[in-house]
Amino acid sequence: MIMRLVTVSLVCAAMVAAVTAQVRPDRSKPPALGATPKLTLPAIQKRALSNGLPVWIVEAHEVPLVQVNLVVMAGANDDPVGKFGVASLTAAMLDEGAGRRDALNLADAVDVLGADLSTTSSFDASAVRLNVPVAQLAEALPIMADVALRPTFPQNELDRLRQERLTALIQARDDPASLVAPAFARTVFGGTHRYGTSAAGTTNTLKGFTVADLRAFHAARYQPGNATLIVVGDVRPAAVLPQLEKHFGTWTGKGPVARTPVPVAPQLTDRQVVIVDVPGAAQSQVRIGWVGVARSSPDYFTLQVLNTILGGSFTSRLNQNLREDHGYTYGASSRFDMRLAPASFAAGAGVQTDKTSESLTEFFKELEAIGKPIDADELTKARNYITLGLPSEFETLSDLSGHLEEMVVYKLPDDYFNRYSANIQAVTSAALAKAAASYIQPGKFAVVVVGDRKVIETGVRALKLGTARTMTPAEALGE
Amino acid sequence: MRRVKLALPLSLLLAIPLLAQSPQAQSPPAQSPPAQSPPVQPPPLQVPYRQFRLANGLTVILHQDRSVPIVAVNVWYHVGSANERPGRTGFAHLFEHLMFEGSKNVKEGEFDTLLEAAGGNNNGSTTNDRTNYVIDVPSNAIELALFLESDRMAYLLDTMTPERVDGQRDVVKNERRQSYENAPYGMASIELDRMLWPANHPYSWPVIGEMADLTAASHQDVVDFFRKYYAPSNASLVVAGDIDFDNARALVEKYFGEVAVRPIVEPVAPPAAVLTDVKRKTITDRVTLQRVYLSWLTPRFYAPGDAALDVTGSVLSGGKNSRLYKRLVYDMQIAQDVSAFQASAQLGSAFQIVATARPGHTAAELQRVIDEELDRLRTDPPTAREVARAVNQIRASFYRRMERLGGFSGKADQLNAYFSVAGDPDYFAEDLARYTALTASDIQAAVVNWLPKDRRVELVVEPETKK
Repeated sequence: MIMRLVTVSLVCAAMVAAVTAQVRPDRSKPPALGATPKLTLPAIQKRALSNGLPVWIVEAHEVPLVQVNLVVMAGANDDPVGKFGVASLTAAMLDEGAGRRDALNLADAVDVLGADLSTTSSFDASAVRLNVPVAQLAEALPIMADVALRPTFPQNELDRLRQERLTALIQARDDPASLVAPAFARTVFGGTHRYGTSAAGTTNTLKGFTVADLRAFHAARYQPGNATLIVVGDVRPAAVLPQLEKHFGTWTGKGPVARTPVPVAPQLTDRQVVIVDVPGAAQSQVRIGWVGVARSSPDYFTLQVLNTILGGSFTSRLNQNLREDHGYTYGASSRFDMRLAPASFAAGAGVQTDKTSESLTEFFKELEAIGKPIDADELTKARNYITLGLPSEFETLSDLSGHLEEMVVYKLPDDYFNRYSANIQAVTSAALAKAAASYIQPGKFAVVVVGDRKVIETGVRALKLGTARTMTPAEALGE
Repeated sequence: MRRVKLALPLSLLLAIPLLAQSPQAQSPPAQSPPAQSPPVQPPPLQVPYRQFRLANGLTVILHQDRSVPIVAVNVWYHVGSANERPGRTGFAHLFEHLMFEGSKNVKEGEFDTLLEAAGGNNNGSTTNDRTNYVIDVPSNAIELALFLESDRMAYLLDTMTPERVDGQRDVVKNERRQSYENAPYGMASIELDRMLWPANHPYSWPVIGEMADLTAASHQDVVDFFRKYYAPSNASLVVAGDIDFDNARALVEKYFGEVAVRPIVEPVAPPAAVLTDVKRKTITDRVTLQRVYLSWLTPRFYAPGDAALDVTGSVLSGGKNSRLYKRLVYDMQIAQDVSAFQASAQLGSAFQIVATARPGHTAAELQRVIDEELDRLRTDPPTAREVARAVNQIRASFYRRMERLGGFSGKADQLNAYFSVAGDPDYFAEDLARYTALTASDIQAAVVNWLPKDRRVELVVEPETKK
């Protein structure tokens, strides 16, 4: 190693001589940008297996890896009342025994291939995802098919995962950053609406799940008529399709699966303040917002631009104010969480305990100000930040397959990402004003603060933001 | 450590309900299965590059990859918290924050504004050994990125003020509150380093710094630090992605050529670090479950034993069949989680085992089982299959690391990392060869030599007693 260093520096020294006279740069203004490079997205090759299972293939040959995702249109949205968390636990159990392998044999078979096989579930969908060196695809695919199609749901593994999840809920109570999201969801959506409870469910629902619950959910929802296979990477359709046919083509189902839409949650009408006490917390975790919009919102592109300005980028108003101007936080942001049904809009940050009420004041200043006319420079910067940055969202197999999953789950048109930039660039300040007026109404927002109550409560109440109450960590977690 | 931009808060919002994603158990081992899978034989790892040095001492590395129209500009300054002095801990990282606050020709706030308007992103991070800065832009903005990066390398002090230092001091203190004081078990890593390294060793203090030292940091400290450590000869610049070599070189020479020569930085000369016995401590935190940390001083980056300890970490806690996961989490179910890993650094590394007890179980129980498993590895080497699992996973990870160009894990940053540590930017194949050459007896030897039971640190975190 030392030798290498010496060798390299000799070479470098030799090259110094080659450097010629410098052109002194003009630093009086930033250099102009060249012509915007064109992002050409690779085509999606849409096929189907003999059982009708759709297959979307995108070739990417830079690295000898392949990603195969089976997306199933079933998630926490489909949890029956009283069984919140069953979709999540079903997905988590898929690789705890499948086909002829038990949990340990299955993990060993995957690991020795250098493969990464994961199972996951959100509110809107579930997925089995395989990332593997392309030379090992043939060995990994049958394992993936077992996991997705033939899970065995062993009782002992259910008991183990249940304990793991119950313990994680106990741990969540120690962590303001883990408590704030469920506390906010509970406040905005309540205990009945599905979005008011974690996708993973609660201590009570977890305790009640049986193997039969998981089998029933899997049998009803994991069907070829309710799924799509996504393949991205260093493969050719002609070579990979026969392999997919072999492992997924004989999967039979009962035809289309009916999905009951999640109801639109009632909107908040009055501002309210909720404090969750974590004695001794060095920071308060804050979330402010209400019911937002669905992924299918016609205002999608406008809201992307609006949120970029408000709290979706480093130079956004919230981060600029709370972090750069006041130093109350390491970072402030906002987000529209868009699902099949309207989820939340929330602004938030972790702020130092002794600046909690001051931070709330600044949050509301910005939430009010976003309703005022936005000038052209700020609009242009936000539009360009989104559209010019688009290429970096298509770099890796995980990026690409993630965007394809989004297209499947939200039924986006084939040219969606090719038209994305044009749609963003078409957003006007008039559209922003209209969207802000509808979707950012700070007078009706819920304010959730997880922090050291004895230090923060007086100051928070003195702001007279609205009716104030406390929520226990247990209540936040749906217990 | 880093100037997390929005990543952290956003991910908190994104992290919908806890557990929304299946906790993909860092799960464990099986014995039976057939067929030792043949090793993967993908194409050789190679990242071609061109390297040259400017007259002011700045090393420049260019790499072309035109698969996506973006350019990554990545700078490493070979200064980290190891260069700090007692009383000013955390300064290298605080300084990193100040690098984004403007320079002679870039007004305060403009660094971010100009990049965002061009569709770019940026960030920085600090470790014990180095500070890095990343700018990722669409390829039409390469000149803007080089202008901004060079302006702060050349002219940071021209517009630096005490007010800017104060502003970022508050932000960094909140970074510390968020990641340490307010995070469960957050103070353990600080305590662990204090126990592991001698008091005058620069790894004994945290990169984030002590609060009192952050308070004490002054504008004059910024001036001195910049002059001493931010010399072009103490930095290396990688420009990677959708570039034309000649044009990229001409632009680099144009913008960085005028950075003034500054004195050569002397390497850190740390005192010897040796553990001669077991150091034990128990601290309390706002947590419900007990946790145990075991830690050892181990060989530095790329020294003999370093790679074997990476694989040892995987044999102990990588996957359901790994030794510790299988015993503690899968079979006995007395732990919620366990991890074992080699944290490599330039002046010396640390190996760590961390396990969290399930309700009703104790750190002492976990430690007993961990010691049983370490004893087994001291007595008998792992099976060939255990080593193959670990090495095949590592090999695949090398290819996954080829996918991204920019950010903290992209090719640009890796080229700089290999240049810094090995002297060769394209050290990928050599690095991988360290792992593929390992045998089961190397793993056994690593446990015997480097993870002795009688020379280590044992830290327990217990719940505070409720008042």
